[in-house]
Amino acid sequence: MVHGEAWTIKEFFTYPNEYIYWTIQIVMYPFMTGLVAGAFVLSSLYHVFGVKQLKGIARFSLVFSFALLPVAMLPLLMHLQQPLRGIEVMLTPHFTSAIAAFGIVFSTYGMIVASELWFVFRKHFVETALALKAIDGRTALQQGWYLLFSVLTLGAWDISHEALEADERAVKKLAGAGIPVACFLHGYAGFIFGSVKANALWMTPLMPVIFICSAVVSGIALCILTYILTMEIRKQLARRHRLAHPELPSMDELKSAEAHVVAMTSRYLLMFMVAAITLELLDLIFRGYTAVKSWDILRSVIYERDFVNIFVVQYGLGNLVPFVLFLIPGLTIRRAVVGTMLVLLGVFMMRWNVVIGGQAFSSSFSGFMHYVLPLWPDSMETLKEGLVGALIVAGVPFCFFYLLNKVMPVFKETH
Amino acid sequence: MISRRSFCKKSLLIAGGLAIPLSCLELFDPKRLLAEKDEKGPRWVFLVDTRKCVGCGFCVKGCKVENEVPYDANVTRTWVERYVVTSDGKTHIDSPKGARDGFPNKGIDIGHGKLEEIKDDDIEKAFFVPKLCNQCDNPPCVQVCPVGATYQTADGVVLVDRSWCIGCGYCIMGCPYGVRFFHPVFHVAEKCNFCYHRITKGMQTACVDSCAFGARRVGNLRDPEDPVTRVIMTERVNVLKEEYGTKPQVFYLGLSKEVK
Repeated sequence: MVHGEAWTIKEFFTYPNEYIYWTIQIVMYPFMTGLVAGAFVLSSLYHVFGVKQLKGIARFSLVFSFALLPVAMLPLLMHLQQPLRGIEVMLTPHFTSAIAAFGIVFSTYGMIVASELWFVFRKHFVETALALKAIDGRTALQQGWYLLFSVLTLGAWDISHEALEADERAVKKLAGAGIPVACFLHGYAGFIFGSVKANALWMTPLMPVIFICSAVVSGIALCILTYILTMEIRKQLARRHRLAHPELPSMDELKSAEAHVVAMTSRYLLMFMVAAITLELLDLIFRGYTAVKSWDILRSVIYERDFVNIFVVQYGLGNLVPFVLFLIPGLTIRRAVVGTMLVLLGVFMMRWNVVIGGQAFSSSFSGFMHYVLPLWPDSMETLKEGLVGALIVAGVPFCFFYLLNKVMPVFKETH
Repeated sequence: MISRRSFCKKSLLIAGGLAIPLSCLELFDPKRLLAEKDEKGPRWVFLVDTRKCVGCGFCVKGCKVENEVPYDANVTRTWVERYVVTSDGKTHIDSPKGARDGFPNKGIDIGHGKLEEIKDDDIEKAFFVPKLCNQCDNPPCVQVCPVGATYQTADGVVLVDRSWCIGCGYCIMGCPYGVRFFHPVFHVAEKCNFCYHRITKGMQTACVDSCAFGARRVGNLRDPEDPVTRVIMTERVNVLKEEYGTKPQVFYLGLSKEVK
């Protein structure tokens, strides 16, 4: 069977070779990089612009961004017909292609986040390593941890006040340099689509900007959501351990800290959401107003075939409802959870409507293609490019985060 | 500690030292040297006379067999489209299986295996349009390939390196003509290459050889005496989707505005 035939339904006239070639993994790719970029921008708001209220979530979102990073290229690998050759993008980049920049942007960004994390957690590494060193007769496990943390210090054992202040200056600089790189990382994902002149729906210079704005929205939303979830777990743990360790924060302390952070962060979420929606609507209005050759087919895709996906799920459920939820005074944690989940759904649907919607019509402008998401895999192809593949991609960052949190505890006060 | 003066001195020295070997690349640029020799090879172009096409589909058959595109796979390097314009102004288009078996049904294939029947009296005009890769002068597929696996030869044909393609599908997305697809066996991008293995040995393409009506012809645009070049230069020819700026090199005689 031809690649794409398993999930494409054609209607009216399409060119014989046209299928939905870019499937759910290509929806996941901008969604995941968006989360990476958004989480990083959120942490930078504290580190660079000194937004003190975001302190509680800044370190958390930085580690989370790092956990998401390796996953950003996972959907690409799963989508490639020749995944073993994927490394060629890094080895023999062809620079007229937008995808060729991937290796450079991705590794630059990765190095910035890694070095920023190192400066943030250096004190923790040194302290842990020293504490382990002090133990006589370490077990094999302790010895392993000791070696790991000693290596992580990179030989910089100085944790005097001056050294830590120098660390903080470095963090600020790195976070400052990271913002444009994070925006570039995601803006260029938008460029990949926006520069395809053969696709009437994708081709707009606004695409990178729209992608960046919605990326920040989704990144912040996921950080709030994961933050709330981990705080709930901490609360449960606090309830259990408080009797034995009275120095731990109490339930009420945790609760008020959580409510404060969530309220502050959601304000930034709203700001970026307004920017994203404005740009998306501008694009839509502009297309309708100029009504070039492709508008006839685009209109029937946007207003008829994909109406539910675009206007009901994306704009309605994904934008309008959470907008109202966040604007009603007295934000509760429960409302924030619902709101952020809807925001994530909205951003995901925006990616979906761009990637799948852009292939919903033939480039002959005379026919349509419908994507049937393979739910249950019956072959390697439908496993990789179906619901199961997408769920794997969505689940992996949380596993990474769990592991990273063992080495870099996001909730431990280090400074 | 290095002083500022010696740092500046050494930097200049290194920059100057690097510039000399780099300038050799400019002096001995192989592409420019070849161009200066003034021995230009051919520029392959294609001429389709839509008025001669009867939609038999022999070209598609011939192409599939010659280029080892699996016969029953629903992808093809070349195909034929049927256009039927009815008196209500509507255009009905189809290309069942790329017209590999011609057009066995009178009804128009509208997908899901359904046919739309059209009364003979309602038909104002009807014609066939063969399609193949346009071997563009400004090929978007070459531009977007992230690893350079697809490239344009000096004689204008766009080829795919099957050992280097990563199968990302960006070129398929970038082509406004829909000529590219994934090869069902090799799992890399695949496209018409004017039967490059044949034309470079003085033969005709498989589709040209299969066409009994002379609707397809391949020629060399750099040879002013080539009959194809004569037609392109002296007659009213047209190309497909000029608005994309791809500078397509498949020329059509008798193209109608309905053609997509």
